[in-house]
Amino acid sequence: MLGATGICAAGIASVLLFILGYLVINGASSLSLSFFTQLPAPVGELGGGMANAIVGSGKILGLAVLFGVPIGFLGGVYLAEYASPVGAFVVRYVTDLLNGVPSIVIGIFAYSLIVLNAKHFSAFAGGVALGIMMIPISVRSTEEFLRAVPNGLREAALALGAPKWRVLATVVVPAARDGIVTGILLNLARVAGETAPLLFTAFSNRYWSSGIDQPTASLPVMIYTYAISPYEDWHRQAWAAAFVLLMLVLGMNIISKVVLMRSPLRGGR
Amino acid sequence: MAARVQAFTRRLLSGDEVTRFIVTLAGLAILTVTAALVFELWSNSNLAREKFGWGFLTGSTWDPNAGEFGALPFIVGTATTSLISLVIAVPAGVGAAIFLAELAPRRVSDALTFCIELLAAVPSVVYGLLGVFVLVPIMKSVVEPPLRAVLGWTPLFSGPFYGVSVLTAGVVLAVMILPFIVSVSRQVLIAVPVEQREAALALGATRWETTWRVVLPFAKRGIYGSIFLALARALGETMAVTMVIGNSTQLKASLFAPGYSIAAVIANEFTEATDDLYLHALIQLGLVLFAVTIIINGLARLLVAGTTRRSDAVA
Repeated sequence: MLGATGICAAGIASVLLFILGYLVINGASSLSLSFFTQLPAPVGELGGGMANAIVGSGKILGLAVLFGVPIGFLGGVYLAEYASPVGAFVVRYVTDLLNGVPSIVIGIFAYSLIVLNAKHFSAFAGGVALGIMMIPISVRSTEEFLRAVPNGLREAALALGAPKWRVLATVVVPAARDGIVTGILLNLARVAGETAPLLFTAFSNRYWSSGIDQPTASLPVMIYTYAISPYEDWHRQAWAAAFVLLMLVLGMNIISKVVLMRSPLRGGR
Repeated sequence: MAARVQAFTRRLLSGDEVTRFIVTLAGLAILTVTAALVFELWSNSNLAREKFGWGFLTGSTWDPNAGEFGALPFIVGTATTSLISLVIAVPAGVGAAIFLAELAPRRVSDALTFCIELLAAVPSVVYGLLGVFVLVPIMKSVVEPPLRAVLGWTPLFSGPFYGVSVLTAGVVLAVMILPFIVSVSRQVLIAVPVEQREAALALGATRWETTWRVVLPFAKRGIYGSIFLALARALGETMAVTMVIGNSTQLKASLFAPGYSIAAVIANEFTEATDDLYLHALIQLGLVLFAVTIIINGLARLLVAGTTRRSDAVA
């Protein structure tokens, strides 16, 4: 019977290998330079690329970081250093609640908050949706890594007469920096592949979009649209896009996990 | 009193009270965002609530042209696909977790866990892509014929099979939730005190009996927690399901038939919603999904938190 459990583990690990192998073989062979440099070709024409979606994804993720990380980081500092027991309980509880909200529901929220009022789709709305998704994990990873900083460091700095905020800004946060940054990286990797909240916030675009106030293409949404299209050539490009997205996401994951394992402060996940 | 005012002034002048104010504001912002989310979902779905009331949940007709909105086909679809995924993923996932926690050498266990956790990082839309182009053909050629041969007499496995179906969506979901079950269950199993195992082994129990009769019951709560966490994720999963479930609002008993899920219908029809009632009905579906996942997630956290605290106390 115990042997059977080994088969389960091996089976699951081989699913990962299969997925990776299949994507690498199918995706890498469909990849070409034009994928990175050209706009999508008009329907019916072969070729073209997803340059606008790559830039669009970057833009939306940048907005998400600008919106979600400051709130998440400061919220984490609040929980670790300033909160009263009741305040900490409420904020932590609500953060967990927010973390459990399905991504499509976050999409509806950003839609009714921004798109309904602005009357058009925009990269901004997409960024806000993904930013909200980044808040809970930013909060929890910041809190955990701050708590992992030994109290002796705080006390030493306080004993030198520094006010609490200087202790935080110059001693505690720098000591926890590696952990906090990798936490944010992991977080970014998680939302980079999100499709559902972008469908009706950033929407999509077959051309370049200027600024953050227009419908904007993103890699995950392009994969979705191309995969369910009836065109052979679009399927090929969907594989290429999936390959690029997966390498990006897995790369960020592996880097941050390796950094975490080496870090002297292992605050956990 | 005077001393307190003086202390406060000192903290204010040194900048401490400002910092406290800023971070407290961030904490409040999180509360505000979540409250606004609930408020927006509620107020933007009131038309559907006024018109259909609780009947929204039990109505089985979804006809936007006629202004008729019943959520039952989607609720059934979401429940069925999640259930199928649990039936597949729970035995496999808990089995793998037992191997990783009890049998495998530490290095092998860590390496395999690392790989399995990477599976959780694969974006949902990529699972959908693999589902459409890899799993659907496999389901047609490898999975369906034997299932039909053995169980074809039951209504669950009868009728035509096009590849996209409730069953296919369940299988994709199973792969997606496996990493959660494995990773949390493994942690819970590792947290079981060594003394428990040693006591059982000393009484003459075999490795398997020790695992089955002692370790698993000890870790039961945490494992249930991992299953609930996985369930919450399966319920809200959107893209992969949308791509392989077939998107049909007809209620069918057969798992071979195409179906629909709550998240999938929102993803597909949200941008097409032309009138307010239609939009409100879709947002109401979002509200239902929100409520269900919040409850399941809450249960899961209660269970997992309970075990870690208890095992900390024992260790």
